[in-house]
Amino acid sequence: MQKEFEHSVIYLRPRKGWQRIPLKELVQYRDLLYFLSIRGIKAKYAQSVLGISWAIIQPLFSTLVFTIVFGNLAKVSSEGVPYFLFSLVAMVPWNYFSGTLTEASSSLVTNSSMISKVYFPRLVLPLSAAISKLLDFVIGAIMMIVFLVIYQISPSWEIVFLPLLILILLMTSLGVGMILSAMAVQYRDVKHAMTFAVQLMMYVAPVVYPTSNVPAQYQTLYAVNPMVGVIEGFRSIFLSTQAFPWLWVIEAFLISLVLFFLGAVYFSKMEKNFADVA
Amino acid sequence: MSDDVVISVRGVSKQYRIGTKEKRADTFFGALKNFVVTPFRNYKQIRNLTRNNENDETLFWALRDVNFEVKQGEALGIIGHNGAGKSTLLKILSRITDPTEGEIMIKGRVSALLEVGTGFHPELTGRENVYMNGTILGMTKKDIDQKFDEIVEFSGIIKHIDTPVKFYSSGMKVRLAFAVAAHLEPELLIIDEVLAVGDAEFQKKCLGKMEDVSKNGRTVLFVSHNLTAVQNLCQNCLVLKNGAVIFVGNTHDAIQLYLGEHSNQRMELVANGEPEFENDKIKFISARIVNANRIETTDDIHFEFSFEYKGIDSPIIDVTYHLYDELNTLVFVGSSGYELNIRPTQKSLTFHCTIPGDLLYEGNYKMARLIFVQDKGYLLLNINDALSFDIIPSGKENFGWMGKKQGVVKPKLKWSALNDTRN
Repeated sequence: MQKEFEHSVIYLRPRKGWQRIPLKELVQYRDLLYFLSIRGIKAKYAQSVLGISWAIIQPLFSTLVFTIVFGNLAKVSSEGVPYFLFSLVAMVPWNYFSGTLTEASSSLVTNSSMISKVYFPRLVLPLSAAISKLLDFVIGAIMMIVFLVIYQISPSWEIVFLPLLILILLMTSLGVGMILSAMAVQYRDVKHAMTFAVQLMMYVAPVVYPTSNVPAQYQTLYAVNPMVGVIEGFRSIFLSTQAFPWLWVIEAFLISLVLFFLGAVYFSKMEKNFADVA
Repeated sequence: MSDDVVISVRGVSKQYRIGTKEKRADTFFGALKNFVVTPFRNYKQIRNLTRNNENDETLFWALRDVNFEVKQGEALGIIGHNGAGKSTLLKILSRITDPTEGEIMIKGRVSALLEVGTGFHPELTGRENVYMNGTILGMTKKDIDQKFDEIVEFSGIIKHIDTPVKFYSSGMKVRLAFAVAAHLEPELLIIDEVLAVGDAEFQKKCLGKMEDVSKNGRTVLFVSHNLTAVQNLCQNCLVLKNGAVIFVGNTHDAIQLYLGEHSNQRMELVANGEPEFENDKIKFISARIVNANRIETTDDIHFEFSFEYKGIDSPIIDVTYHLYDELNTLVFVGSSGYELNIRPTQKSLTFHCTIPGDLLYEGNYKMARLIFVQDKGYLLLNINDALSFDIIPSGKENFGWMGKKQGVVKPKLKWSALNDTRN
């Protein structure tokens, strides 16, 4: 039972200014990250009849509504593929983005009782939100593949870059999520804003319309939003709507990298206040 | 600084902000103006939550310049009244919040239990929550895998381990949560008194576990109002008052100081010609406790009541008092009427009364009513709240870690046992 006392000395001092991102501690607490992610999934679908099927129903029905409203009534261009597939392929990454944003931004506030009672690297909270949302993403992706098979559409060879797109998606969602969660602890306005902000943001991203509808001279500027590169990349891979949008994807990659880094740094800077204001 | 110091707190202060009152508008235009201005004011106020400007009256120091050291294997008690800064100190030591000033050095792995069952989720089963709670407290999955059976055994809810926790009774939840906490193996254990809630059995388990921990040479910091537990567990104590350390040292002295701090002890009441102490029949002179200023649970308590009887007759006179504990429970009524039949032959009389030791718990007691009675029925004089005294835990006795037992008194009972040899 009795272990050797390994005397790791720590110093607790007032933290001022920018902080290191506590990577070593995150590794130490990886099991907590795992269980928090599991908890996120289990708690979400507990005591529901359809359970995990909600991960299919939600994007599927939004897509159906979009198909009717934008595809059939408003006749928005879908670049020559069935509108249903056009928006479904965009819906899968978008759903992950909006879900992670909502979940991560509230992760610190909903767990404030934990924050004020125990020490652990606070980053595990938004991280676990992003991880538990991956399940929904995978299920959504499987559903998407099923529909692609039904429509007999095969992906282009650029599918080898799919991991890159997913990486961009993860870094963007998590980067913004970390910033918002750190802000939400102190300013609860974030919570109120998030509910409709994610809806509005969807119209800023090319979910229900193609980027080609944006005037050509503004497209590079438009693609500052990393989700543009991700969504158009998905469409190019799975629907061959156009050539793989290298420019937008590289742009998205760089910006997502910045967002991710910024998010982690900002979060670590604000971390010292969480227990006092949560 | 010697080598065996495992916690060293140097000049630690913590500043918090207290809420300010909202400004209310009393005119329509005032209200309109407030509507526009409020967001800006709110923003400033919320932003200031994390900023410390000097000379701001909404700031206060929860801790001020705290210094102390804890040695390897020492069990240090932290006592102080509500708001003295105990919880703030624990939060800083357990890394939940930063000090505003100063520095703390900690050697070794810290486990802080400021609450049991942190991270418990009602929708998850007992099994899942054990893992959840364990990892929050810093265990790895492997640690928990190894101890899982032990934990479940300890909690005594093997049958329900795969039931969602929301169907548990609150007692079951606490037991499971404590079982997890009890299987931590920290080098430094920081425990808040919140652990000492729950039923008596739970408290006993909790404190017993702490005893084990400290006996294993681990270092323990223990915050509590339960003075018996502190006395039994901790060699040394730190007394906090208004955010400052007013004493560090021997637990016995610390407890005395702590009790003295808030004590409304009145060991003596002497009449100074006040009209309420006198009437045409009787003149109260004094009531006092003869003991030295400190009364331990094992000590006999000696009272002395002096008065003059002014009547010309010589009736039977009795002294009666009602003793209340700090929860305002009547502990007993003491009356000389049951024991004596005294008629005054001299002008002044003094009654003596002794409460035997090993009867009352530690705590504050109050002689709520002191009554002088003539002829077993006729009230001569009634004095409210005549005396008040504190009883502190005795250094001599040691009856486990459970602190205050249930009940009002703890009489020393005569017990014997025989080994039955018939079968």
